[in-house]
Amino acid sequence: MNDATPLSRPGEPMPVQTIGIHTDTRDILDHARKDAKKRGFEDWLICDIDAHHIESISWHEIIQYIEDPVVKDNAIRYYKQRMGAPPYGLNGDFGLRYQSVGGRIPMSDDRRETVSETDVHRDVVLTQRAMNSLGIDYMVVFPTPMLFLGMHPQPEMEVWLGRAYNRFMIERILAADDRIKTLAYIPFNTPEEAVRTVREVGHHDSVIGFCVTSTRYKPVHHNDYMELYSVMQEFDKPIAFHSGYHWQDPSLMTVNRFLGMHALGFVWCNMVHMTNWILNGIPERFPRLKSIWVESGLAWVPFLMQRLDDQYLMRQSEAPQLKKLPSEYMRENCWYTTQPMETTHPDALKVTLDMINAETQLLFASDWPHFDFDLPSTIYDLPFLSEQAKRNILGLNAARIFNLDPTPRKKL
Amino acid sequence: MTEYHVGNIDDIEEGGRKLIQCGEDEIGIFKLDGELYAWHNECAHRGGPVCQGVIMKRVLEPFGTDGKVRTLQYHEHDTHVVCPWHGYEYDIRTGVHPGHSGIKLRKADLVVRNGEVYVEPERSTAE
Repeated sequence: MNDATPLSRPGEPMPVQTIGIHTDTRDILDHARKDAKKRGFEDWLICDIDAHHIESISWHEIIQYIEDPVVKDNAIRYYKQRMGAPPYGLNGDFGLRYQSVGGRIPMSDDRRETVSETDVHRDVVLTQRAMNSLGIDYMVVFPTPMLFLGMHPQPEMEVWLGRAYNRFMIERILAADDRIKTLAYIPFNTPEEAVRTVREVGHHDSVIGFCVTSTRYKPVHHNDYMELYSVMQEFDKPIAFHSGYHWQDPSLMTVNRFLGMHALGFVWCNMVHMTNWILNGIPERFPRLKSIWVESGLAWVPFLMQRLDDQYLMRQSEAPQLKKLPSEYMRENCWYTTQPMETTHPDALKVTLDMINAETQLLFASDWPHFDFDLPSTIYDLPFLSEQAKRNILGLNAARIFNLDPTPRKKL
Repeated sequence: MTEYHVGNIDDIEEGGRKLIQCGEDEIGIFKLDGELYAWHNECAHRGGPVCQGVIMKRVLEPFGTDGKVRTLQYHEHDTHVVCPWHGYEYDIRTGVHPGHSGIKLRKADLVVRNGEVYVEPERSTAE
């Protein structure tokens, strides 16, 4: 401190001294809101293609939408009679219990902030608080424990719960605010029901695409899925493969640290699906169907491009539908969400963005409120992108492929 | 330069912290073993509210001469504050991330006069 006696002012104690599970989203993200204002995001369209709510908190409401009357009754009775038990029908991976790093990131454990609004669902309010703090115009909301439903031993449970969730989202969440969007849950393990779901909800304005949760042992190229892709293409709405981990996958069972399992698991499932998607020529068969690869980060893409190109040129007869290199399909026919964007090696990130043609193929995603969430500034602050590229990634690419109005709607 | 009055030194609980708004700046003042440390409430990672995070001891994993491990342990002395956004941890005494010495918190000047604590924000290089 200077030797001269400085001017002294009273410091104001901050209203939130410690951030915990009861802290308001707006207080947790206060710095994000200030950053958004500082960077002038008011006139930037910012679309967040992957954020989450914790649907299990609303499970007693979601189960009301289960079609099967017996399963519905079972779920309701279970809810009423087994207080404290896990939500009926869900098979959420036990890794979810490690998300908060032993309580170090409280919002990953729970969010018990006060919501006094009673005219809309609590999740609408929480989503609006997050959008307004992060500077988001449109936010696509995904579930959390339901991301593991593809591993459920009862494929019919994926059908009942997935379809109930879609109805809940449309009636309780999307209807309340047209800035909130979703990609409908597709019960992919049952192709006939998957098609039925697309036909039933695909026309809804706020259902801007379809979500296949990636943690599942299903070959995406199987003939059983061709009708599904055809119907999705007719709707002109993208298919998104939302990754996740499955700690009990045999290949991950030796990884004892959550961070290692998480780093690998969120990439591995999408690497497998992408490999099958490309080598079996799905982009050739359904050239107008856009595929989006969600929440695997980006570093895996150049790796897989190089691996597949190298092998393809030696074994072209095993992928005879392809008319160009695998990497070219991955660069021209596939879209990617940013989060969790690997930023610790900037030179590698620059090469990655060049290889995936980020200017047209990359979509911003926050993954709020998960522990590795990203902010719009993660893109805005990259020194090697032009302003137009940043605007494309943060919102305009999403507006194009989801047919959204590119006029910013938020107020910071 | 402007300094801000935090309060009496005894107002800050041992092992605790006090967050003060200093104009545009936010500063966290921590007390460990009677010593005070002041850091800007701005994580070096993404600018998160690091000083409002959980305070925990550093985690260690000792291994024996045979190379084997058994339990994790807490360090007796090293105390961290954890950014609630993404979990970046910092030693409260040094402001340094335990996993990478190049990742540091921004220090604020701190002085105690007649038992009263004052801090002065450090101007960032951008200003």
